Amino acid sequence: MTEKVKVRIDGEVIAATPGQTILEVARANSKYIPALCYMEGLSAVGACRLCMVEVSGNARLLPACTTPVQEGLAVTTSSPQLHSYRKIVLELLFAERNHVCAVCVSSGHCELQALAQDHGITHIRYPYNYPKLAVDTTHPRYVLDHNRCVLCSRCVRTCAEIEGAHVWDIAGRGIGSRLVSELQRPWGEATSCTSCGKCVQACPTGAMAEKGWGVEEMTKQRTVVSRLSSIREGA
Amino acid sequence: MDKVKIGTCWLDGCSGCHMSLLDIDEGIVAVLKKADIVFGPLVDAQVWPEDVDVALIEGAVSSQDDLKLAQTARSRSKIVVALGDCAVTGNVPSLRNGIPTRKLLERVYIEGATERPGTERPGVPTDGVPALLKLAEPLHSAIRVDVYVPGCPPKPDAILFVVGELLEGREPDLGSKLRFG
Repeated sequence: MTEKVKVRIDGEVIAATPGQTILEVARANSKYIPALCYMEGLSAVGACRLCMVEVSGNARLLPACTTPVQEGLAVTTSSPQLHSYRKIVLELLFAERNHVCAVCVSSGHCELQALAQDHGITHIRYPYNYPKLAVDTTHPRYVLDHNRCVLCSRCVRTCAEIEGAHVWDIAGRGIGSRLVSELQRPWGEATSCTSCGKCVQACPTGAMAEKGWGVEEMTKQRTVVSRLSSIREGA
Repeated sequence: MDKVKIGTCWLDGCSGCHMSLLDIDEGIVAVLKKADIVFGPLVDAQVWPEDVDVALIEGAVSSQDDLKLAQTARSRSKIVVALGDCAVTGNVPSLRNGIPTRKLLERVYIEGATERPGTERPGVPTDGVPALLKLAEPLHSAIRVDVYVPGCPPKPDAILFVVGELLEGREPDLGSKLRFG
């Protein structure tokens, strides 16, 4: 049995296993840290910056999803400063693309929408970018709407790490980054796609959806990835 | 005590927020005990009166007329409420923002029109319709907004709550009633 390390999360002393990240320990102990790009069962990439926490001895904030626990670590998961930074992150996501909840298949089941509401966001303080973005409807069963994509890369990792097909990647840089299937081939022509649909289930917003659903109708099975991953770990 | 004066208006939107306002049902009786609706699609006034206390503004700012009305409402009202997703985020009207205005109008009124022999060639109407702005934008991009009530439309209980709080002189905190879409 591995030796446990003692960490303090919001003042509470918790015994954690070395190698676990702050986010994993926090969630296992019912402490809430918001996150968008993190998904249990996938590698962590620290892309969304929502899980930033204050760690004792560090002047900088650290992403909870990629920071491993150490003996004696003291973590603060919420403070007025963290709250204001998380609001900024969320508002910038809304400003970057066209997240029009009123006409979105995922409205009411969207993680971005829920996070905005949880953080008390009433409006976006930044000017909207209004990019002109494509909707890829070439796949017979699924649709990719770039307008709703937050570049969390959960689909990329799900396809590469769980399905083993690695259809998805992120191309470009900065605000020009786009999710691409098979080096810019339309999704419907991506020969390595097995049409398993796990990317769709992993997507936090309405960027990926099954065809045929109207506004608010697309619900996702968020536990598919973590279930498959835990079954394989046990095997 | 004088009654509180409420003005409402509807810019680039679908009137759904006003429908939701009407959907407060008997709640309107309690509101009207303390307030009068002095301007808006629900009443007859032709100009936005001076000294309005609360302005409820639905819709995105999309045309010259929208902008003018929003500015008038702002200058003559103490508190401005952005009512609904179009006023708060731009919402559906802002879907046109990726397309240049001229192209958009030509697509709708020229390419999209059915030509009938013996009638005038279709064109983009300019008489009696306000010119579109380059972008359909949220209200707070044009004027200062004090209270935001998102939702498409906002639920009647959210509207009633906000109006009720404002009538009591409190700053409304939507809390769990907050919702986009």
